[in-house]
Amino acid sequence: MNAIVLSGIWGVVMMFAGLFLKSSKQIQWTALLGIIALLVVSILDYQAHSVQAQTYFGMMTIDVYTSWFSILITACCAMYLLIFHKDIAAVGKNEAEYFALIFFVMCGVYLLASYSNLLILFLGIEILSIPQYILAGSDKENIKSNEASLKYFLMGAFSTGLLLMGMTLIYGATGSFDITSEKFVGQFEQLSSMSSLSFVGILLLLISFGFKVSAAPLHLWTPDVYDGSPTAFTPFMATIVKVSVFVAFIRLFHFSFGNVSDAWQIAIASMIVLTLIIGNVTAVYQQSLKRMMAYSSIAQAGFMLFSIFAVNSTLAYKGILLYSVVYSLASIGVFAVIIKMKDYTYDGFNGLAKKQPVLAFTATVCLLSLVGIPLTGGFFAKYFVLSAVVEQGKYIWIVVFAVLMAAISAYYYFRVIRSMYFKTGEAAMHTEPTTWDKTLLILNAMIILLLGVLPSLVFG
Amino acid sequence: MLILLLILVPFIGGLASFLFGEKMAYAWAVFTSLLTLAIAGTAYYFYSQATHTTDLSFDCPWIESIGSTFSLSMSDGLSVLMIGLTGLLFPCVFISMQNKQPERKHVFYGLMLLAQAGLIGVFLAKDALLFYLFWEVALIPVYFLSSMYGGPNRIPVTFKFFVYTFVGSLVMLVALLIIYNHTPVHSFSWDAFVSVGRSLPEADQSWLFWMLFIAFAIKMPVFPFHTWQPDAYEQSATPVTVVLSAIMVKMGLFAVVRWLLPIIPLGSIHWMNVVLLLCIIGVVYASCMAMVQTNIKRLIAYSSIAHIGLMCAAIFSYSNNLLGVQGAYIQMFNHGINIMGLWILVSIVENRLGTQDLREMGGIAKIAPRFTIALVLISLANIALPLTNGFVGEFMMLNGLFNSISTYRMVFTIIAGLGVILSAVYTLGMIQKVAYGELNEKTASMKDLTMNEWIILLVIMGIILFLGFYPNALMLLVDTP
Repeated sequence: MNAIVLSGIWGVVMMFAGLFLKSSKQIQWTALLGIIALLVVSILDYQAHSVQAQTYFGMMTIDVYTSWFSILITACCAMYLLIFHKDIAAVGKNEAEYFALIFFVMCGVYLLASYSNLLILFLGIEILSIPQYILAGSDKENIKSNEASLKYFLMGAFSTGLLLMGMTLIYGATGSFDITSEKFVGQFEQLSSMSSLSFVGILLLLISFGFKVSAAPLHLWTPDVYDGSPTAFTPFMATIVKVSVFVAFIRLFHFSFGNVSDAWQIAIASMIVLTLIIGNVTAVYQQSLKRMMAYSSIAQAGFMLFSIFAVNSTLAYKGILLYSVVYSLASIGVFAVIIKMKDYTYDGFNGLAKKQPVLAFTATVCLLSLVGIPLTGGFFAKYFVLSAVVEQGKYIWIVVFAVLMAAISAYYYFRVIRSMYFKTGEAAMHTEPTTWDKTLLILNAMIILLLGVLPSLVFG
Repeated sequence: MLILLLILVPFIGGLASFLFGEKMAYAWAVFTSLLTLAIAGTAYYFYSQATHTTDLSFDCPWIESIGSTFSLSMSDGLSVLMIGLTGLLFPCVFISMQNKQPERKHVFYGLMLLAQAGLIGVFLAKDALLFYLFWEVALIPVYFLSSMYGGPNRIPVTFKFFVYTFVGSLVMLVALLIIYNHTPVHSFSWDAFVSVGRSLPEADQSWLFWMLFIAFAIKMPVFPFHTWQPDAYEQSATPVTVVLSAIMVKMGLFAVVRWLLPIIPLGSIHWMNVVLLLCIIGVVYASCMAMVQTNIKRLIAYSSIAHIGLMCAAIFSYSNNLLGVQGAYIQMFNHGINIMGLWILVSIVENRLGTQDLREMGGIAKIAPRFTIALVLISLANIALPLTNGFVGEFMMLNGLFNSISTYRMVFTIIAGLGVILSAVYTLGMIQKVAYGELNEKTASMKDLTMNEWIILLVIMGIILFLGFYPNALMLLVDTP
C-alpha cells in the first residue's frame, strides 16, 4: 500500500524537481533515489503482508504474492532506470517529466497487482496507459514518435472502451464490482448458471487484455509504437508495463473466471497460436533490430499467455513471475546495447564483439535467454509456463506448436549473435559505454545466468 | 565429490581461459584437460575396483519445488567408457594442435573446455532436467566454435546444424515433461522415469518414442536426419570436427540407451523394425556416398554416418544374448578413438598441403613414413580388421543383429554386412589416394609428423592394438548391462 502512495507522491516530486533543480544530473539522481526508496518501501510492504493478506477499503487486497511481485517489478524498474537514466534525460528538454510519468506508471503497476475490485483494475489500466501515450510522443520533433503516440492513444482509448463495456456487462450480471463478493463469485461458479451478459463481458475483457499485452490479432499497434517511440522508453513499455498487465489478468481469469474456463480457454488458445506464429514469423523478416525486438515482444507475450491458459495451476503463477523478471531483464539488456548503436539494422552490429566485447557478451546472454537456452533464466521461464499446460494433460499439441515456434525465434535472435561475433564490420557507436554502464550490464547478465541455475530465487 | 570435479574442472578451466588471455591459453588448456583426464582415470580406477563408490555419485536438491535434483552418477560401464573417451580426447586434440594454433586462442580453448564440461554432464546426469540442461549447454560452445573457426561457408552450415538439433531437443523436452507429469510424486529422477515410463500404455509410448527418438536421431545422425552432418563436418575447423564426430554424436546413442530404451520399452519394440530399417539404409547409403567423395573430410563424415548407423541398429536389435548392445557400447568407445585418429591425420594433411581435395594428394608414403604408418593402421581399425580394436565391437554388433528378435533379422544382417565390405572399399581407396601414387607439386614438400603429433598418434595406435589384442579390458566394463 505504501508503495502505491509513494510512487504517486514521487511522481509529483519529480514534476517539482523539474522546476527547482536546474541540472539534469540532479534530476536523474532524484529519480534514482525515488526508485530505490520505492524498492525499500515495497520490501517493507512485503514483510508487513507476508503473514496475512490485508484488504484496503474493499478495493485492494495485498497478499504475499502481490507484494512479492511488487518487489520484483520494482527491482526490474530500478535496473531499467539505472541503465537508461542518461538516455531518458537525453530524449528531450523536459527530463523531469519523463521520470515523473514513469513513477505514475509504477503507481498503476502496483494498483494492477493488488486490485480486488474491477474499478481499481480500470483505474490501474488507465494510470498505466496515459503516461505511456505521452512517453511514446516525447520526441516531439520526430514524426515517427508523434505517429506512435497518436496511434497508441487512439487504439488504447478504443480498448479502454471495450474494457469498460465488459465491466459494465459483468456488473449487470453480478450486481457487484468486488471480485471477492458473494454475488460475483456465485455468478462464475459454473458455466451452466452463468448469464450470457457475463459471457460477453468476459470476452470483452479478454479483448481489451489482448490489446494491452499485444496479443494477436490485436497486436497491430505494437511494432509502430515500439519502433516509433524513443528507444529509451521502448524497453519500459515492452517489459515492465506488459508483464504487470499479465499479472493483473491472471488474477482475474484464474480466481474469478477459473471455474468457467471452458468459456474463454478456446479464445486464449487461438490468441496464443496466432500470437506465436505472427510474432515469430514476422520477426524473421525484420531488418531493424528495434523492430525485431518489437515483434519479439509479441512472440514472448504468446508464451506468457500460456500462464493464463493453464487455469488454476500453481506452476502458472510461478511461471509468470519468473517470466516477468527474466523477460524484462533480458529485453532491457538487449535494448541497452541497441541504444548505444548508431545503426539499428543487423549490419550495424557487424563486428561488435571485437570492438565492445562486454556489450556483445551481455547481449548474447540476454538473447540466449530470450530463445530459452538452458543455464539462462529464459529456459526455466518457458519451462514453467509450458509445464503448467502439460500438467493439465490436454492441449499437448499447443505446447508442441509453441516449442517449434521457439525454434523459429532462435533464427532471428541468433542472427544478432551472428552479426556481432562472426561478421566483420565497423559497428559504429552512438555513445561509448562507460565502465559503469558495462558493470550494470554484466550484473544484469549475471542475474539472468543465476536465475538459469536457481530459478526458485524469484518464487519468494 | 570426485564426480563433481569432472564437470567443474573443465567448466572453471574454460571460464578462466577467457580471463587469462592469449599467452597462457594453450598451456592452461592442456593442463586443464590433463587434469580432467587424471580425474577420469581415478574415477575409472574406483569403478573397476568397486571402491570409493560414494565418490562416483553426487546428489543434492536443485529445484525442490518441481522435484528436480542435481544428481550425477557413474553407475554403469557405458558412462565410464564415455567419460574415459571424453577425458582422453581433449588432451590428445590439444596436444596435436601445438604446431598450428587458432586465432584468439583463449576463446577457442575456453569454448572447447566448456563443451567438454557439457558433454561430461550429459554422460553423468541421472536427472532428466539436468540431462536436458547439459544436452543444450554442450551445444552452445560448439555452435560458437564451428561458426568462428573453419571453412568459408561455416556460418550458415553451423546454423543449420544448430537449428536441427535445437528443434529435436525442444520436442524431446516436451516428451520429458509429459513423462514427468505421469510420475506419482513429481520427480525428474531417472529411476522415477523408468518405473513410470514402463507402465504407460503402448499407444502413448508409441508417440512418445518418436518425440524422444527424433532428438537423438538428429544428433547421431540416423538417415534421413543426417543432412546437417557432412556439411558441418566439412566446414568446421578439424579440432572441432573431432569433438563433433567422436563425442557429440555419441550423445545420441548414449541417450537412446539411457533415456529411451528403459523408459519407453514397449514403444521401442513397437517401432524397432522401422528404426532398424532407417539405420540399415543409412549404413548402405552413407557407404555409397563415401565412395564417391573427393573431399577427405566429407568422406570421413559419411563413413561416420555408416558406423553410427550400425551402432544404432545393434542397440535396437534386442538380441537375446545382449551381444548387440554390448558390441555397440564397445564400438562407441573404439569408434571415438579411431575417428579421432583419422581427424588428427586429416588436420595434419590439411595444414601441410592446404587442401582437403583427395585428387590433389598422393605419394605421401614416400616422404612421410610415420604419417603413412599411422594412416594405414588407423584406417584398418576403421574397417574393423581383426587385431584392431574395431573388430570386436563390429563382430558383436553383427552377431547381435543376427540374433535379433526382429522378423527381418536375416535381411538386415546381410545388408549391414555389406556395409562392412563397402567400408573397406572407401577406406582403402582413401589410403591409396592420400599415401600412394605419384608425388605432385603440393605433396612433394610434405613434412613428416612432428614429435607431438607422433606421440599422440602412437598413443592412439597403442590403444587400437591393445584393445585389438585384449578386448577383455572393455568387455569387463560392459558385461553387466
